[in-house]
Amino acid sequence: MSGAPLIRIRALSKAYQRGGQAIPVLLDINLDVQAGEFIALMGPSGSGKSTLLNLIAGIDQPSSGTIEIAGVDIATLGEGRLADWRAANVGFIFQFYNLLPVLTAFENVELPLLLTNLSARERAQRVSALLALVGLTDRSDHRPNELSGGQQQRVAIARALVTDPHLIVADEPTGDLDRATGEEVLHLMDRLVRELGKTIVMVTHDPKAAARAHRMVHLEKGVLVDEMPA
Amino acid sequence: MFLLKLLLLNAFRHKLRTGLTIVGLVVAVGSFGLLRTLIDAWYAGVEASSSTRLITRSAVSLTFPLPLSYAQRLKSVDGVTTISWANWFGGVYQTERNFFPQFAVEPGTYLTLYPEYRLSNDEKQAFLRDRQGAIVGRKLANTYGWKIGDQIPLRGTIYPGTWTFTLRGIWDGAEAKTDESQMLFHWEYINESLRQKYGARADVVGVYVLGIDEPQNAALISQRVDTQFRNSQAETMTETEAAFQLSFVSMSEAILVAIEAVSYIIIVIIMAVMANTMTMTARERMAEYATLKALGFSPGFVVRLLFGESLLIALIGGGLGLLLTFPAVAAIAGALGSFLPVFQVQGSTVALQCGAALVVGVVAAAWPAWRMSRIDIVQGLRHIG
Repeated sequence: MSGAPLIRIRALSKAYQRGGQAIPVLLDINLDVQAGEFIALMGPSGSGKSTLLNLIAGIDQPSSGTIEIAGVDIATLGEGRLADWRAANVGFIFQFYNLLPVLTAFENVELPLLLTNLSARERAQRVSALLALVGLTDRSDHRPNELSGGQQQRVAIARALVTDPHLIVADEPTGDLDRATGEEVLHLMDRLVRELGKTIVMVTHDPKAAARAHRMVHLEKGVLVDEMPA
Repeated sequence: MFLLKLLLLNAFRHKLRTGLTIVGLVVAVGSFGLLRTLIDAWYAGVEASSSTRLITRSAVSLTFPLPLSYAQRLKSVDGVTTISWANWFGGVYQTERNFFPQFAVEPGTYLTLYPEYRLSNDEKQAFLRDRQGAIVGRKLANTYGWKIGDQIPLRGTIYPGTWTFTLRGIWDGAEAKTDESQMLFHWEYINESLRQKYGARADVVGVYVLGIDEPQNAALISQRVDTQFRNSQAETMTETEAAFQLSFVSMSEAILVAIEAVSYIIIVIIMAVMANTMTMTARERMAEYATLKALGFSPGFVVRLLFGESLLIALIGGGLGLLLTFPAVAAIAGALGSFLPVFQVQGSTVALQCGAALVVGVVAAAWPAWRMSRIDIVQGLRHIG
């Protein structure tokens, strides 16, 4: 991993307004993430790690500073362009999977592709390939309530990959899973980095999950206090 | 296609909730249609009026008759083409519950003025020839199972005694709005008997029916007629047939206004129920909408989802309510008998029902759709539905 970083954060700050008062959540964050890197954001509750993840994912806007991802400062994008940017560049893995319950596994994975110009056949090919990658080909017509937690998270991972994004953001991906299932998911995420060269930014409380990352970034009270290899 | 599929799946995700909401819509839209039909039935006489017919009656009150001698003078009024006359008979067939309108008329001219009462020529001639003959509308004949040749006795209330008529014809209305609940017989038959028994009550008519040359001359001709009889013993009031029919409706105006108000209140109530359903639905799915937005779907997509689901439910419920209005109206029409002679669902009612369902669907989704389109993705993802 060398060359210009995929993610380049400079002087990033975020504050929320509460009854006229600004509550700082992130203070002057500077961070680089190389392409193909797997980093874990860690810290106590309220440290700002999820806020940092949300800003990197483009689902929140900073109060000040820059967030350059693949050369694009997403902090300057309006809501519409940011949505388009997310659709093309970011894959999401949520703690509670956030699959649409009325859609099958296949349809949930296909969801992001509906925003592209791919034909139905091309979409089906991609979805099938990814469901095979995560080992769920035989569950493609099952709805989320017919899948285990681990299976649902694997569907979510497939959905996160389907548009071939540069960046995967994962917010406590193993938080709702038992240890064994969590290990399976982490192993899969490992493969995404090693075999597909994806860049993963993950928030986690779990030291074992963090140990999978190339680097751990610690935050405390909105400030980046420490970075170290995992 | 995906949007349609998703909103179809979402609409029936909670089958009980959606089912109950649809039942509410069926009842509301159906009731709305029934009440509108009731209002339309009240105005049926007005709708069936002809613009080339005037009604001349006593200026004092409809209950005061006019002299038969006015007929010749009325014929000579400029613009009047045909005149006829009618007396309300008000008899009883078997029991007081069997109400239907009965008129003693000058038959030849009356049928000329009411061409919408379609009789075969044979039946018409048989009626004209038989002084004791009568004709009835098809709806009335079907109600009592009358056939040509039947003897129909009426117990007089205004004209004492039992009067027996021979059914000589059954007319079919030219249009759906034509009254088929009346019975017509010869004025001369009644008058002859009155002359023999109660001389002073003879040779009077209840109303004159005037055929005029041009509808736009109605006001002018009415004025000419009434001017002729001003300062006479029986002053007249002449008006269009529609105005005459409206005068009956105006007696029930307060009731009609109340019925109309209730019909709209029903729609407002179901709108509130539906809005509650959609608000609950949106709140439960906040995380899903936030996920869609996170994945790159626009706020407009979320809005279309909610509006689509609301409209789908409203149109299903409204459509079923509309369809059920027809058998309900038919059943009520049978029970009403001749009380409201034209009781059927009008095209305007169907349009109003469709419009009501549409408005309910749109208004119910407006607030939740606006809210969900603006949800902060981060806040929405944290929401537990």
